[in-house]
Amino acid sequence: MKFRIDIRRKEGLSDPEGMTTHKALHNLGYTDVTSAHFGRTIYLEIEAADPAAAAAEVETMCRQLLANPVIEDYDIGVVG
Amino acid sequence: MVFPGTNCEHDVVHALDLIGLQPELVFHKETDLTGFDAVVLPGGFAHGDYLRTGAIARFSPIMGAVTAMAATGAPVIGICNGFQVLCEAGLLPGALVANRDLAFICRPVHLRVETSRSALTTGAASGEVLRIPLNSYEGNYVASPETIREMEAADQILVRYCDASGTISDAANPNGSIGNIAGVCNAAGNVAGLMPHPERAVETVLGSTDGIGLLRSIPAFADLVATRP
Repeated sequence: MKFRIDIRRKEGLSDPEGMTTHKALHNLGYTDVTSAHFGRTIYLEIEAADPAAAAAEVETMCRQLLANPVIEDYDIGVVG
Repeated sequence: MVFPGTNCEHDVVHALDLIGLQPELVFHKETDLTGFDAVVLPGGFAHGDYLRTGAIARFSPIMGAVTAMAATGAPVIGICNGFQVLCEAGLLPGALVANRDLAFICRPVHLRVETSRSALTTGAASGEVLRIPLNSYEGNYVASPETIREMEAADQILVRYCDASGTISDAANPNGSIGNIAGVCNAAGNVAGLMPHPERAVETVLGSTDGIGLLRSIPAFADLVATRP
């Protein structure tokens, strides 16, 4: 199974890359942009007989290592 | 403590030697810290800072012994990257992200001591202003507003970035850290993390000796713990 994990900074916490990109877009005239946020995407391939067990395992991996729950939120999706 | 990519361990050993301690380097694959009274996680780029700073290092074999030592009340100190590792390990609250201006900062900064109750500030006075070098890209301290409130209530904020007179302001905040926070401790005060490098401010030739008081706090705090009834 292939999983896609999208990780991003929790709302309200400092995101300097997003803030700087937001400003750069404004400077280019895209003044309708109200926010920009950066994230990270991780693709995992897992040999899994049981899709539900694999999804639960990915969830655990996110909490343990892939995301920092103190500052990040994440979404897990199945891509194949 | 030496992880692959740690690069300030010899500076720390030199500084601890200078204040009369007997430091030893311990590689991250060790699992035992028996016989040590305190541990310092120095700066650098542990495990290349891949994924997030400190994210891989926190699972190094030695971290079990570090966590156990922290639970005994002994001093566990993280400097720069070591601070990031302690946050990732959940031994300290919050996290460190990229600097506000997305620039690597390498210059001396002023710090105001907020409390002398920790293993890094026992030897410093509240309100004292120190000049210590900062050397980091991910030095921007973040934590939720609730966490900050709890830390302030529990006196867990050790030092804040300030100007030479000790005034805390946005202008004196080099990296965007929330509340100008440069260092924090756990509730017990024995686990302490600091973004600037006190080991680089221990000799006149280095431009400042303000780091000595902070480093001397480590054995002073360990003695306090040892003599606690």
